[in-house]
Amino acid sequence: MNAFAYHFGFEFRVGIRNKALMLMNYLFPLGCYLMFGALMGSINPGFLQTIVPAMSVFAVLSGALLGMPDTLVNAREAGIFRSYKINGVPALNILVVPVLTSMLHALLVTAIIALTAPALFDGVAPANWAGFLLVFLVTAFALAGLGALIGVVSTSSRMTVLLSQLVFLPSMILGGLMLPSSLLTGALGKVALLLPTTYAMDAFAGLAMGQGTGSHAWQSVGILLAGGLMAFGLALFLFSWDSKNSTRRGHPALALLAWLPYVIGLLLAH
Amino acid sequence: MNDAIIEVHDFRKIYSTSVAVDGISFDVRRGEIFGLLGPNGAGKTSTLESLEGLRRADGGTLRIAGVDPGRRGRQLRALIGVQLQTSGLPDSFRVEEAMRFFCTYHGISPRDDLIERVGLGEKRRAQYHELSGGQQRRLGLALAVAHNPPVVFLDEPTSGLDVASRAMLHDLMRELQAGGTTILLATHDMAEASEMANRVAILLRGRIAAMGTPMELTATGAGLTKVSVRTDTGCLGQPGTTFPAVQQAQTRDDYYIYFSTDIGPTVAALITYITAQNDSLVDLRVERPTLEDRFLEITAKGGAG
Repeated sequence: MNAFAYHFGFEFRVGIRNKALMLMNYLFPLGCYLMFGALMGSINPGFLQTIVPAMSVFAVLSGALLGMPDTLVNAREAGIFRSYKINGVPALNILVVPVLTSMLHALLVTAIIALTAPALFDGVAPANWAGFLLVFLVTAFALAGLGALIGVVSTSSRMTVLLSQLVFLPSMILGGLMLPSSLLTGALGKVALLLPTTYAMDAFAGLAMGQGTGSHAWQSVGILLAGGLMAFGLALFLFSWDSKNSTRRGHPALALLAWLPYVIGLLLAH
Repeated sequence: MNDAIIEVHDFRKIYSTSVAVDGISFDVRRGEIFGLLGPNGAGKTSTLESLEGLRRADGGTLRIAGVDPGRRGRQLRALIGVQLQTSGLPDSFRVEEAMRFFCTYHGISPRDDLIERVGLGEKRRAQYHELSGGQQRRLGLALAVAHNPPVVFLDEPTSGLDVASRAMLHDLMRELQAGGTTILLATHDMAEASEMANRVAILLRGRIAAMGTPMELTATGAGLTKVSVRTDTGCLGQPGTTFPAVQQAQTRDDYYIYFSTDIGPTVAALITYITAQNDSLVDLRVERPTLEDRFLEITAKGGAG
């Protein structure tokens, strides 16, 4: 078995073996799915139209932003990356493997949600499964890229929580998961257009759920893909093997460039 | 013939405003255990980490088997094995997973034999955080040598270990040396350095304050040799008895203890005196200054040694 495959397999098992990651990858998103499905279905029946993509995005957010960054920070602070470097583990693998495993965990949770939502909550299943998978993968890549970037620029667990929540909470409230972004007007509507989840929900609606316009959805896919590439590229550029002996190639503030595609999305919308 | 496998020449390491290592030079020969000693902040870790390719030198040259560790990272990986002072492993790594993980990155088959050799056969399925400190160190050493590197760096390998774990690690180090592996050992433990190292260098404020075999270093110091003598009737207790080269004397538990600058004349005179007094020798012990004594002497002088 080659090194990358073994590394991927190990990291995936850790995502289940490690209690904190198990919580963020599976228990938290599935628990919230059951809770939101039961509560929101009666409060806001319209939610059931989007429960599958919304909770899928929620699962990605949970694993990629609340789970993955802290493990990267902890590994760097514990000298694990130094040990990896000495033993020839490339920086690219250190970042690619958690991104891919985070996407795989979210895919498994999404499969459970997509297959059970119609039966449990009368939720609407995707009309186009291929489109659903495509949008899921692009969304997961965009958010996992951001998670990797947060893990790279954070200097402590406390800072990781702060940065992760700066993306997670607005995404939950304004990103179209609980209510359609189209209902948001003025400044809130503009803020929503700076969030990856807004584009994810738009793309799901157009390409998977049969609820929006295809051309607009493809633009959202493009913005998410660009956002993921920017975030991951910046994470790789700003990566450092350890905090004491920083060989970082640029200032951590460069991480803000990851928002460039979403800023362009905001400008295109007006 | 120059048989050096590690070459450090005029090496400098600077951190923003402070000079951590100030132009040190030393060679380590093939198959040698070389001890790097020094108080905290002396420059040991900077030297070690620069040789391991984790930091870049700010001056001078570093070579491991002719390879510049700052430039040829891939070549360096095959040449060195490193047991870091801190864990360097994820808590949830199982012992066998850790071995497989690093072996696949080195492109070799997993060395299950090494897991057995370091006494972790029954802990194969245990996660890293479930291992004791000694077991973690043994696993670290097994992982460091799994790809049979010609050079191994050990950073405080026995720090905080119990006697049995320490002895086992020392046995492993001797086995490695017997197999031709060169070991660069950074330690605070003077007894360990004295017992294990063929040669040692004492670093102080970024410079080499002394270098040589432990015997050479202890012989060149100003330390006094302690001679403890016990006789049948205690003739040494008579007032006015003096012996050559003795600078201090004291008694403890029927023993007369002399601190001598020159052991030969002191012992000869002691035996002559005891015989002349019709007394008989019950016990005589000679304790040379230890490496620790020499180290303390050098550090007290502030590197003038």
